[in-house]
Parts: sequence; C-alpha cells; structure tokens
Amino acid sequence: MAYSNFSFNLAGLVAVAAAAGYASSARAQDGEKPVLTIYTYESFVPEWGPGPKIEAAFEAKCECDLQFEGLADGVAILNRLKLEGASSPADAVIGLTTDLVPEAKATGLFASSETDLSPLALPVDYNDDTFVPFDYSYLAVMVDTEEAGDWPKSLNALVTGDSEQKIAIEDPRTSTPGLGFLLWMKAVYGEDAKAKWEELSDRILTVTPGWSEAYGLFTSGEVPLVVSYSTSPAYHMIEEETERYTAAEFSEGLYLQIEVAGMLEGTDTPELARKFLDFILTEDFQSVIPTGNWAYPVIDGVDLPEAFDKLIEVENPLYIDPETVAENRQAWTQEWLEALGR
Amino acid sequence: MARDRTIRLILGVAAALLLTGFLAGGFVVLAAGTDGELPLLAILTDPYLRGVTLFTLEQAALSTLLSVIGAIPLASALHRSRFPGRSVVLRIFLLPQALPVLVGALAIITVWGRNGVVADVGAFLGLPRFSIYGLSGILIAHVFFNLPLAARLMIAALDDVPKESWKLAGQLSFSPWTTFRLVEWPAIRTVLPAAASLIFMLCATSFTIVLVLGGGPGATTLEVAIYQTLRYEFDPGRAVALSLLQIGLTAIILTVANRLGGSDAGQFGLGGRATRWDRAGPIRRGYDAVVLILGLFFVLSPFVAIVLAGITADLWRLLSEAAVLDALFTSLWVAFTSGLLALFLSVLILLGVEALASAERRMTLTMPLPRRALEIAASLVLVVPPVVVGAGWFLGLREVTSVFSAAPYIVVLTNMAMAVPFAVRILGPGFAAAHNRYEKLADSLGMTGFRRFRLLDWPALRRPVGLAFALAIAISLGDLGAIALFGNREFTTLPYLLYQRMGSYRTDDAAGLALILGVVCLALIWFAERTSAIEAKAK
Amino acid sequence: MSDPRPALKLDQAVFARDDWSVTLDLELMPGEWLALIGPSGAGKSTLMDMVAGFLPLTSGSISIAEEDVSGKGPSERPLSIVFQDNNLFPHLTVFQNVALGIAPNRRVAPHERGRIENILDTVGLGGKGGRKPHELSGGERQRAALARAFLRRQPLLLLDEPFASLGPALRRDMMKTLRQLRSEFTETPLTILMVTHHPEDARSYADRVAFLDQGRIAHVGPVENMLGEAAPEDVRRYLGSQDHSRRLDAI
Repeated sequence: MAYSNFSFNLAGLVAVAAAAGYASSARAQDGEKPVLTIYTYESFVPEWGPGPKIEAAFEAKCECDLQFEGLADGVAILNRLKLEGASSPADAVIGLTTDLVPEAKATGLFASSETDLSPLALPVDYNDDTFVPFDYSYLAVMVDTEEAGDWPKSLNALVTGDSEQKIAIEDPRTSTPGLGFLLWMKAVYGEDAKAKWEELSDRILTVTPGWSEAYGLFTSGEVPLVVSYSTSPAYHMIEEETERYTAAEFSEGLYLQIEVAGMLEGTDTPELARKFLDFILTEDFQSVIPTGNWAYPVIDGVDLPEAFDKLIEVENPLYIDPETVAENRQAWTQEWLEALGR
Repeated sequence: MARDRTIRLILGVAAALLLTGFLAGGFVVLAAGTDGELPLLAILTDPYLRGVTLFTLEQAALSTLLSVIGAIPLASALHRSRFPGRSVVLRIFLLPQALPVLVGALAIITVWGRNGVVADVGAFLGLPRFSIYGLSGILIAHVFFNLPLAARLMIAALDDVPKESWKLAGQLSFSPWTTFRLVEWPAIRTVLPAAASLIFMLCATSFTIVLVLGGGPGATTLEVAIYQTLRYEFDPGRAVALSLLQIGLTAIILTVANRLGGSDAGQFGLGGRATRWDRAGPIRRGYDAVVLILGLFFVLSPFVAIVLAGITADLWRLLSEAAVLDALFTSLWVAFTSGLLALFLSVLILLGVEALASAERRMTLTMPLPRRALEIAASLVLVVPPVVVGAGWFLGLREVTSVFSAAPYIVVLTNMAMAVPFAVRILGPGFAAAHNRYEKLADSLGMTGFRRFRLLDWPALRRPVGLAFALAIAISLGDLGAIALFGNREFTTLPYLLYQRMGSYRTDDAAGLALILGVVCLALIWFAERTSAIEAKAK
Repeated sequence: MSDPRPALKLDQAVFARDDWSVTLDLELMPGEWLALIGPSGAGKSTLMDMVAGFLPLTSGSISIAEEDVSGKGPSERPLSIVFQDNNLFPHLTVFQNVALGIAPNRRVAPHERGRIENILDTVGLGGKGGRKPHELSGGERQRAALARAFLRRQPLLLLDEPFASLGPALRRDMMKTLRQLRSEFTETPLTILMVTHHPEDARSYADRVAFLDQGRIAHVGPVENMLGEAAPEDVRRYLGSQDHSRRLDAI
C-alpha cells in the first residue's frame, strides 16, 4: 500500500514537472518582432543586473525582442562562439574583456562595428573597429577593515609586507580577475615578476578557480584581503549600507579592465545588431552600468551615485595592450606556475 | 529460460552501451572536431602534466585511505550505539553528495579555516592557528564529503551480520577487540573495495575543493588541467587526450585494486536495527562516546555552519521570488526525471550482470571478464569529465537543433549517468543474492518474462530502491557540472542560481539557497528511505 | 516441584513489549532435560532469550543455580547456547571456532589444545579442525557448535532448535552425540533446556516436556503424560498439526 502511494506520488510529480517544462519552453517567444540574441555573462542577466533595464530601454526604441543569454563569463562566451562557429544563433555578444579581443578577432566570426567611438571617455586611448567598450573597472585589492587592521598601500607593500596578513587570489588559468592580477604584477615588475610572485607566495592564503570562491572567503571573514575590483565597495555601501569593505589604493596604480561588445558576421539582423552597438554609447545604456554592473560608464556625463565618490580615483591606470597579452599569456602563466607551484 | 536470459543480457548490454555511448558521444564529436591526432604522447611526456597526474593520484589515494579508515571506528560506534536522532544522523550522512561543492568547501572553512571554530578553540587554548590550505585542507574536505558515504556502506554491512553472531559475542563474553576482530571487521571488510573504489573515483576528479583548499597551483588535478585546456586554450584534442588519460589511469588502478581487494560489491543499506549484546563496559562506552562526539562533530559541523549562514538570509523573500521558485521547480523535475532514468538503466544493467553471473554459475561462461566489464562500464562514469562530454554534445547538437532547447535533455541525461554507479551499487548486492537463491526455483517453475521480473527481481529491488532513488535525486540536485555548460535564462536549477548569486556579491542569498537546497534534499532522502522502510516492514 | 536447589528457576518472569507479553514460571532440577514445545509465536524463543539474558525482564526474576541473574548480561550467566544456524564464524576454522569456548579473547594455550582436539574427536570432527565452516555439512557445523558449548563447562545448556534443519537420521545421530558429550564432558549434572519442533526428540531423550502457548506455560509434566495418550487436549491438537505438516513435508 505504502509503495503504491509512493509510485503514485512519483508519477504525479513527473507529470506535473513535464507540464511545467513544456510551459516554460512555450513562453520563450515574444510575438512576431525580430529577435536580437545577445550572449553575455551570467551576472549581466538577473533582475538586479544591468540586463533587464537595458533590454527595456532598447526595446522601447527598436521594435524588436532583445534576448540576453547568460554564460559563465567572457571566456565561456568566446568558447561558445568557437563551438558554434558561423551557425551561432547569437547576433552579438557583450561581456568580453579587451584581453580576449585578439583571440576573438582571430576566429573571424566578428563583423566591424562602424560605431562612432568619439563619445568614449576611457582612461586610456581606445580605437578598435570591431569591439565597442561598454564599461570599465579597475582591479583592486579589497580590504576587510574589521579583520585587517592596517593594510598595504602599494603593490610593493603587498609583496614584501607581513605574510601573516593573507590574501586570496584567483587562478589566471581559470578566471578573468586572476589573469588581470597576473598582468598587473607584470605591468609593475616586468622581468622581476617571477621573483616577486615567489616573494608574495607566502602571503597567498589560497588560489581559487574564480572570483566567487575568493570573494566568498573574503566576506565570510576567512581572509582580510582579496583581489577584486575598485568598484566592489560601492555594492556594499549601496546595497548593504556598510563601509566595512574598502579597496586599497596602490601607489603604483591599479590595473584597468575594459569590457567590450561586438556583433557577429553571421547575424541575420545586422542592422539591429549595429543599432545595439550604437546604443551602448548612449546615456540610456550607460546610466544602468554603475549600480547594475558595479563598474564605470565609458562616456562622460553619466550621473554616478554618491557612493562612487568614495571610491579610489585612479591617477595612473596600468594596462598592457591586448596583442602583447595574447602573445605572452602562456609564457607568463608558466612563469606564475613555476613561482607558486612548490 | 535461455531465451529469457539472452533478452536480459541484451537489455543489460544495451543499457551499458547507451550509458557509455552517451559519454563517448561527447568525446567522439569533440575529437572529430580536431585536425590531426590526439596528442597522447605529448601528454605522457610533459613534466608539468606528470606532476599534475602524480598529485591527482596522491591526493585521491590519501583521501580514500583516510575516509575509509576514519569511517571504520565511526561506523562501528554508530552501529552499537543508540541515541536520539541517530536515524536523522544516518540520513544526513547522504547529504554531502547533494551539496554543491563550493557550499561544502566554504562550510568546511567556517569550521576549519583560519578564523574557523576549530582555530578559535585552539587559540583559546593557546595553540598556534594552523592553516588548512594545502594537502591537509584537500584531505579534510574530501574526508568530509566521503567518510559518511563509507560509514553508511559499513553500517549496512554490519546490519547484515546474522543476529546469532551478536548473541554469541555476548554469550561467549567477547572483549570489544574480539568483537571487532571476529564480527565487525569481517563484515566491514566486505564493503571496503566498493567504498574505496567509489571514493577514489570521486576524489580523483575533484576540482573546486582542490583549487580552493589546495592553496596554490602546486595542487592541481587532471580535472583542472582538462578544464583549463578546454576553456582557456580551447584545445579539444588535448582535452580529450587528458580525459582518456584520467579514465585509463583510474580504470587500471581500480582493476588492480579489485584484484588485490576482492569483489567491489557493496551496498548502502537502510540502517536497520541489529540488536547487540556484546559487553558494554565503561571503557568502551567512553570510547564510543569519544568517537561519536569527534566523528559527528566532524561530519555535522559544516552542516551547522550552512544552517547558521542560511537562516541569516531573508528566506521568505527568497522563497517568494519567482526566479527561486522556478529554479526549485526545475531542479525538482530534473532530479526526479534523471533519478527515475538512472534507476531504470541501473536495473537493466543489473539484469545483464545477473544473466552473466548465472552463466558463470552454470559453467557456460568460464571467465568473469564480461560481467566485470559491464560493472566497470557502470562505474567509470564517475571519472569522465562532464565538461568534455558536455562540450562534445554541444558541438554535435548544434548541427541538428537549437542547443538551448536540447539543454534540459542533456542535463537530465548527464545527471542520470552520474547516478548510475551509485544506484548499481545500492541495488546490486540484494539483487545478486536473490538470484543466487531463487534462480533455480524460478527456472524449475518455468517462470519467464515479466512474471519472472515481478516475482524474482522486483522483490529484491523493492527495499533498496527508495534509497537508490534518494541518492540519485541528491546527486542531481547538487550537480553543477552539466548545468554550468547548458544552463540559461529559461533553464536554471538551484545550484546554478546559487552560483549566479555568489557571482554578483549576493552571498546572503547564496547561503539561503544552500539551506533551501539542503532542506529539500534531506526531505527527499527522508521520504524515500521512510517509504521503502515502511514497505519492507509491511512485507 | 519444591526441591530447594533448582538449577534454573523462572519466578513470574515477565517480558512485555507493545501489546505482547510472556509470563513464565518454571523450575528445572540439576541434571534435568526439559523439552520446550509449542506453536510458533507461543514465546519459545522469547523464553530462551530471557534465560540467556538477551531480553531484559519487565518484572519477576530468573535464577540459575540459586543465583539471581535477572540483572546480569549474557556473558555473566553460567550457561551455553547452540542456535539453529550461524553458530560458527565463517572466516574462522572449526578449531578456532571451538576454541572460542575457552579462550574467546586470547590465544589458545598449548595445554588447552589437547582438550579441544579431544572434544573434536568426540563429536566426530577429528582431523577437520583446520577446515572452514563452509567446507562442512550442516550436521558437522552443529557438531562443532555442540563441542564449543560443552567446552565451556557451564551447568546449563540452552538448545534453540539446534537440529531443526537436519533430516531424521542425522538428528538421531546428533542426539546420540549430545548424550555422549553430556556423560563424558560434564562433571556436575548438566541441565538442558531444548526448544524443538520434533516430539520424537523429546520422547527419546527429555525428562519432562513443557508446552508453551500464547506466552504462558500451559502444561508441564513428564514425557509420557505430555506426549502419550493422556496428553492434554491442546497439546494433542498441536502434536496432530505437527504430524500433519511433517507428512506434507515428506511428500
């Protein structure tokens, strides 16, 4: 008797579940409007991310249905495109870092943007005919002021300082901020980077596969320092109303990370895609960025929330041009491995 | 009857082929996409990879050893002790399998980390704060995830000891050591190969734990190298070659271990109630108390950390969010569907295994190799990197259909494949025993076809099927491997959502989701085990 | 029934669980052999478990050789047991299994080896001490169990259907061995309490028979009164059903 109940419950649940699966796949289409499919990274899409507001703002102008598809991160977007090749259902992508640009161009899958880049107000010169920057931020070492006491004021102080005050970093082999920090060290120390990594190694609590793991260790109080972004404190100030977490201002400067968007050669709605790229450099798009993506807008004249005034003002951004990165990434990663690989 | 057995054999082999075909399909597509040959030789001679391989095997072997050795005293103390909440504890022992690894790793850090409970107590006692990052951290985490599994296997074996043995132990006044040597150890020994091989496979493919707790790139497993190769270098040929290396090495090690350690039959059992009469002097009571307190602290404390972190989240808001409910619902149907499919496939494979075992008994088959191959095919699933299978299927599917619409199917199938090794181990032993005992009777009565299944096979499956289903559900609920590749806005599971929240600073939400996931899973395990226990009792 | 020195005495011994209970009053004299019969579910195994200390008493008392053992554990009671099955540990040899009777927690001393070999000879297992239980027949396994029980030299022996799974001829053999062991290997008179489904075993060897029904000892008396023509009505009915089922078995 008990068993037949069990089977019944099972059958019922599966039936309901199947019906739900059907229902959710049926609501994917949104009328007869042309569909613009854009690949992006996961945190772009949820209701608190920039995705929904941008979608609404763009759809108000374009008479189209904008659909974001969230993938793990910028690297995943590029890999997905390589997997899909010319038959990709995507019309455009948003969320690659400039480090990936040479690799992305090498696939031959991207079309030139023809976007007027003159409104750009980036901390470095930028001109690329294919990819349009949509936001930027600086890598920074975040400090848990309750746990840290004092904290390093320069990269050099971090490298040479008290190794009992630990830092969590991300793995450059598996994550964007991890690669960014590797480039930061390279930008500051050049040939000496390997020796400096060896010096820093005692201070590294652990090397995580991605940003989430490292930041989880940081917010749970396990580690007082973590490699994140200079805009991270804004989240805590605005959403959690706490100033416990701050970004350390390093005298050598912070490493710049620019995020870009591009359209695909294989798109069936090239005009719509191009329109979207143009839309990126408008205030409607850019005003969503500060509290949507917790990054800086790429054009002037966008109102920033008050909390952004408290963030580090970077005087000398550090930046290695993408071609150099692409050429040396493997060698530099190998160097990093040897320095930390005990 | 011969025809019957042939049909069963065909069904079993077909199921195994379906399973391996699904996995191999990914490999083939991926390998076909590369120009030229697989760089197998290059991999074998690469010094970096040699180091990675050695470390992979070293940490997996140590983790297995510690999990199994640690489980022995805990299982025997749990088996002879009665205390309130014991059955809940035994159910929680299945929960680590359902925990998204990152959640478990962070919970372990809350307990064992630099600012964890253990370090705080140590500091209070004037001990230096020790660092778990490095091999020790990897081992602690692997033992947390796997020791309970081993303990459940061992407790099931102890429940199978005939009641007369416990009576004799009491009557002949065995000392605790004699009881262990003559009664407990022989029972525990029978499940060691199963426990060890399962745990070895789970640890050899460890990824997140190794990176988060390993402390640096010195701790890198093959699975990390595969991930890196596929994602950052996008070199499918190399990824396939590395995967083959991982699968091949594991297969060799398991075969050798099987040779040395005997059969790897093992079952998880339902935690029956063996009554024991061996002497319980004050020394052994004290020993049991110490073992239980230490063991349960070790296994349960991370769960306490998850609960404490989770209740600070706004659970009501989370539970009223459409995104959360959607994900919960998706998780449930994916888990139920893949759980049912895993059961179905496992039963078919077992039918084939038993058809071969029967041929061996009747001497029409003189070597156990085909049966072994079938069994190993069902286990090796655990060491096939899901990222490779997923990527392969992705490539293959996009030629014929929209990948996003195929995503649910691929995720369900992958979860199914992951649960099969567990289900086969849970259902297998009782199934084999029933065949051994009643096969001749069924033959002599001329029982065939479905009737034979209903009267001979099904009764042997009925009791453990609930547990197998519960564990299959748990594995699917906690899975992030398949969904990470195929998840999208229309198809989001709870762990996927959890990672998404973690990735956007929302750690409180993530903690709340982890708690919700854990509670849902515990409820399902409780439901499945209780249902099958009631059923067994009614019988 | 008022001998002042009973070897086993159950005095209003009650075991109760849920809606089921047994209440037992019974006295066995030293050297007496009592056969316990009754339908299944009557409480025979419960009685054995209570005497052996595997079940705690709810009330009343049990004494063995005039010592109250009610609060004592199984290992502290002066008795031996042979079960129907699983008397031997499968991974130990016959010799090792039997040796557990004298040295459960240590190695066998050299001077004890002779005693063990001797009793193995008596039960007909001479030369088979090195074998594992699965290499023996069912009867041989029970012989080894008997050997171990006698090696322990306890004044009370509990036999819980020890020969139930053996055929009639083999069973007669075993009973003979049992008698031989009893005369050769016990110094004090050995008291035996035996559960059996076979009235003929009781008829040939027991002194008295107790008939258990619904958790009570309904009748107890000498063999001829209990199993003969003058047996009480309910005992006769039970024996009749036993005969019937055995005839069915034979077919």
